[in-house]
Amino acid sequence: MSGILVQVPGLFATIQDLGREGFGPIGVSASGAADAISLRIGNRLVGNPDGAAALEMTLVGGSFTFERAAAIAVTGADFGPSVDNVPLPMWTSIEIQKGQTVTLGPSRSGARAYLCIHGGIAVAPFLGSASTHVLSGLGGFEGRALRRGDRLDLGPPNAHFRKRTLSPKVLQSFEPRKIIRVTDGPQSDWFANASWKIFCESTFRITEQANRMGIRLEGRRIPANPSREMITEGVSLGAVQVPPLGQPIILFVEQQTTGGYPKIANVIAADLHSVGQFRPRDEIHFERIGLKEARSLLIRQEAILASKELLQECNPSI
Amino acid sequence: MRKSKTSKLAAGEAQFRAASDQSLLVSFGHQITLENHRSVLKLLRLLQSKPIDEIRNLHPAYCSLLIKFDPLRLDHHELQTRLAPYLARLQREPLAKPQHVEIPVCYGGEFGPDLNDMAARLDMTPAQAIALHSSPIYVVYFLGFAPGFAYLGGLPEALAFPRLETPRAKVPQGSVGIGGNQTAVYPFATPGGWRLIGRTPVAMFRRDQPRMNLLQIGDHVRFRPISKEEFAEFSSR
Repeated sequence: MSGILVQVPGLFATIQDLGREGFGPIGVSASGAADAISLRIGNRLVGNPDGAAALEMTLVGGSFTFERAAAIAVTGADFGPSVDNVPLPMWTSIEIQKGQTVTLGPSRSGARAYLCIHGGIAVAPFLGSASTHVLSGLGGFEGRALRRGDRLDLGPPNAHFRKRTLSPKVLQSFEPRKIIRVTDGPQSDWFANASWKIFCESTFRITEQANRMGIRLEGRRIPANPSREMITEGVSLGAVQVPPLGQPIILFVEQQTTGGYPKIANVIAADLHSVGQFRPRDEIHFERIGLKEARSLLIRQEAILASKELLQECNPSI
Repeated sequence: MRKSKTSKLAAGEAQFRAASDQSLLVSFGHQITLENHRSVLKLLRLLQSKPIDEIRNLHPAYCSLLIKFDPLRLDHHELQTRLAPYLARLQREPLAKPQHVEIPVCYGGEFGPDLNDMAARLDMTPAQAIALHSSPIYVVYFLGFAPGFAYLGGLPEALAFPRLETPRAKVPQGSVGIGGNQTAVYPFATPGGWRLIGRTPVAMFRRDQPRMNLLQIGDHVRFRPISKEEFAEFSSR
């Protein structure tokens, strides 16, 4: 078997696809790419289905030697990718020769970069998905982040690959947002107008405690009605829960499936990919919108992804 | 979306609330009762046996079911309408006989570092605490938080004990803990703030078996005290 050899794993590299939905009843959250839009576009650039397994890198990328020729695309945040020390264009399909090494460095923009490879990364699926669930050590490559010396197998190539690049206009429309749109959470009425004012009008900073399970924010304290007693209930992806100290936590892809803190709001589906690009010390704001608007934003986003102008033919030279 | 009513609900009557732009929270009252639990379990089983295509995930809890759906294919109102026939059937829907599961636990010592202190502060001997913990038949209210983590109802009131002020960074896999009026087994080594009173050698989540979770919602559970030797024997199997 030949595929890619991990020379340097980087800070935290895992195998991710679009996750495993449907296992909430046994306490298994969906997991999947933190920035699903970047994964989907990367997969399309290399002729894969949207949900093919790829490498997700966090804050600092790694170095990977290809043991066979393969088409790749690097998407997501700019980690300064290169091939054998030659800078590599992002959001573009590139053919890598056998023996070449793809290297990504520290992030210059967001938190996560994706290395998508034609044929996908081949790992045994766990509950129907290649996604790594780190907390329980399940899925992905041995249920863990990659280490030096790991060898990843690639899926079989198919004949339909063409070199393409993402339309610059589309890239702009998927630029990660710092103003995150939310709809009301299930306990939105536990928070008085004054609390909502703080939530919507003040700046929140991403703390160091930000990972695939959840993202802790710091900012002005958001008081909740102390007389209400919460009973543990199911929590949705992107829920903004407010513990008693009043510093919110966004539950993310590898979230706990249930939780006992009140939730003031929930990040809209169309903005979840932006949450996947938050870095510690980033400053963000929340904007409260209605369900109808949230839905039309998602429909618009999917229309862009479905449009014919998404990918353009190209012949990049490196 | 209609906000929840605060008036008392008839048995099995559901309240709806948007939890996000892609999920609907269906609640049966605001109390941890067997009756509410049964409503959750029945709705879950009905939706599993006759799935609604647009539903992507289900998160059951004490008295609510969170339903994640594909927002490109339907909205909260449409989902509510689609759920109506399921909810109408709840009252007469029979429940499968619960499975009985016995979980062997080696109490105290290195496996249950909080047992002695907790027992002393509850004004009982460790042996009394063990006898109390292993006497009732617990009901699995739901699995949540982490893979295979079962929320059990039925802890004797005399054993209720507050969580640690500072959670442990890592609780060993299989640890049996008490947190407030709840008790559970940690399926994986995770951070945790519950008082640890013992450990089971039985895996709660088995990725190599057709049913990965040892316990499922609605099961009846009893803990059986075992010795250190039995624990070692179990573990070596």
